[in-house]
Amino acid sequence: MEPGPPGGPAASAAGLPLSESEQQRYSELFSRCCPPPEAAAGGSSVGELFRASQLPPDTLHQITEVCGAKRVGYFGPAQFYIALKLIAAAQSGFPVRIESIKNELPLPRFVALKNDGDVRYGTPAELHGVKFQVPHATLEKNSYKRTDEGDKQEPKSPPMSPICSPPASPSTYQRIPLTYGYGKSRSGLEQQHGAPYEVRHTTHQQDGSSSGNYGAKPAHACSTLGRSLSVEREQPDSSAHYSDDPWRITEEQRDYYVNQFRSLQPDLNSFISGSVAKNFFTKSKLPIPELSHIWELSDVDCDGALMLPEFCAAFHLVVARKNGYQLPETLPDTLLPDYLQAASLKPLRDCALFDSYSESLPGSQQTRDFSRTETSAEEVPDNSALLQDTKKDDKQALKVSTTVKTIPKDFQHLTVKTAPQEPNALKARPRSRSYSSTSIEDAMKKGEEPPTPPPRPQKSHSRASSLDLNKIFQQNTQAVRSGWLPPPPPALPPRPSVSQTEQVSEVELHPQMNRPPSQAEENSSAKKEVVLVQPPSKPARRKLRTETQGLETPELSPTINVTSSLPAVKPHLPVQKPSSKQKRAIQTAIRKNKEANAVLARLNSELQQQLKEVHKERIALETQLEQLRPVTVL
Amino acid sequence: PRVCAAANYPLYIRSIPTENELKFHYTVHTSLDVVDEKISAMGKALVDQRELYLGLLYPTEDYKVYGYVTNSKVKFVMVVDSSNTALRDNEIRSMFRKLHNSYTDIMCNPFYNPGDRIHSRAFDNMVNSMMMQVC
Repeated sequence: MEPGPPGGPAASAAGLPLSESEQQRYSELFSRCCPPPEAAAGGSSVGELFRASQLPPDTLHQITEVCGAKRVGYFGPAQFYIALKLIAAAQSGFPVRIESIKNELPLPRFVALKNDGDVRYGTPAELHGVKFQVPHATLEKNSYKRTDEGDKQEPKSPPMSPICSPPASPSTYQRIPLTYGYGKSRSGLEQQHGAPYEVRHTTHQQDGSSSGNYGAKPAHACSTLGRSLSVEREQPDSSAHYSDDPWRITEEQRDYYVNQFRSLQPDLNSFISGSVAKNFFTKSKLPIPELSHIWELSDVDCDGALMLPEFCAAFHLVVARKNGYQLPETLPDTLLPDYLQAASLKPLRDCALFDSYSESLPGSQQTRDFSRTETSAEEVPDNSALLQDTKKDDKQALKVSTTVKTIPKDFQHLTVKTAPQEPNALKARPRSRSYSSTSIEDAMKKGEEPPTPPPRPQKSHSRASSLDLNKIFQQNTQAVRSGWLPPPPPALPPRPSVSQTEQVSEVELHPQMNRPPSQAEENSSAKKEVVLVQPPSKPARRKLRTETQGLETPELSPTINVTSSLPAVKPHLPVQKPSSKQKRAIQTAIRKNKEANAVLARLNSELQQQLKEVHKERIALETQLEQLRPVTVL
Repeated sequence: PRVCAAANYPLYIRSIPTENELKFHYTVHTSLDVVDEKISAMGKALVDQRELYLGLLYPTEDYKVYGYVTNSKVKFVMVVDSSNTALRDNEIRSMFRKLHNSYTDIMCNPFYNPGDRIHSRAFDNMVNSMMMQVC
């Protein structure tokens, strides 16, 4: 980061021996405190930073005096660095004196300030060893949660994971870290730390990708820092509030919630009925009275159904409760539907701001990041396109499969190669799985799911296979009963969004495993276009009900493409990649798709049968009710 | 004043200020009999906006019992001290209406099973505020 060099001279000018890590850290902190390139750090942000170090106020005063800020009246680079060093000294137990900072000291720790990760950061060794990483989302979640609680940092980390797991969007790590200063420390720095509890999240990708990413975008990070700061600060509350408020929904969380909403109800503008929501939240294994209270808080219009903002609020409350937060008596302002409605507009803007963060894109958080590094140029346009698509379209069948995780998965495969999140993000099933354990374990599991793509798909696969179609049917019928379905069949006509296609494909749980390989092939942007073309044909085939095929979009798309719109495909082929490679891929895809079709058709008929049975039962019950009604007098 | 919402067994009981729970329970149960009588007598118009039951006066304590029944046979019983003479019929009606609205809000909650005790905090708050107004 740019401040580095200036920081160096300043530090050396001050006569302080600063190690390299310290220099970097301090320069980050300094630039954090004064985003616009000026010579002096703003007093308020500096004060905030100092307070975040959790030192007693009089110590901070001492430090300020000793470093000379009082003398010169502002925090120039030299003063700032001296102050940081003094803070480190104070935190290590040394007296606040110039002499004590002549030695090698650990980096100062700032808790409430996103900047620091807190304890984990304590020493340079720790810094190197800890894996903080890409799950910046997690980090920042952790950080802000931590800051709230103050002390509950360690214990909170595992619980944090659930929150982290959903989000982990690359944008988050960029944005939030920027906002919180995490990114600053990390970005552009070689040090990739992951908090220990984040190990889960750290995938192999992280280190490579994040460092690559970081290296690629230090300037980006720096430049976005100011922007992010301003963007984040837009909210009525101050930055401090932003980081400290456990009731504020971060972007990753929002994305996750939106994805979950989609899994229950494809139409983002419509609502989730009470019974569907009840089943969904019951999987969280929270006690019914608490769920009842959460519902009360979040369903502000008391209509027995949850709109998207209400759903996000409810979900957020569930997550908070699982992490140990007590439920409030009244809905916090940041969870009000109006607020959330307004906030939901932000991601789009942020996307634009942050270079197609596509954080709103389902599921791909870290991986997105990862993929971004890999296919940076292409990703961006795709992501943004997808983003809009996902936002808009989704009605279709996607949600037929509540259990579908594939959506995110497909999505990721197509665009980002991010495997992990999707399954986790979207599926009810994975959710239920994670929910089944106790809260911390749930959190862990959820945390795990996003980062590690391979396990998850298998999990889902196993689930799917163990569940067999029957369970899928049951779930489907349930979903059907809840009324969201007529769906898939109708028209999915323009499903330009890859996500949609993915969602459709999600239905399939099984093929997930197949997906990665096929998707790998298709990762090219060309595929995306192909996929885009496909959706129209795909939906007709797929219909959400069929959860069988995981083949998903990548495969389906190529096959459908081939079968239905050869001409369309052909232009793509030459454009995209060497056609021979694609043809091969398409052939295999065709085969797989045919199999998938067969299975889907079977599934379809079975589901229809079940539907009929259920209808009959319903009619029987209704007649019974009618018979009994006049008799009962309460 | 006390409020009880019951479907032949109390779903919710709140009393202010004196906590004569036992007496209240007894009162409510006897009044329920009267309510049932009224309901069966009426036949069609099931929604009885109010029922003024002024007969239940004890030598030691005067109080009036008001009843209200919903379409789903959930009864709201309100017992007020006669010393609180400021309560007019309209006020009682509006109180019952508020109770009914809150009750329907509770019903909207999918986690609430009809017949369960009512633990809703919003409902509590509403009842408390109502009773504060009266006392």
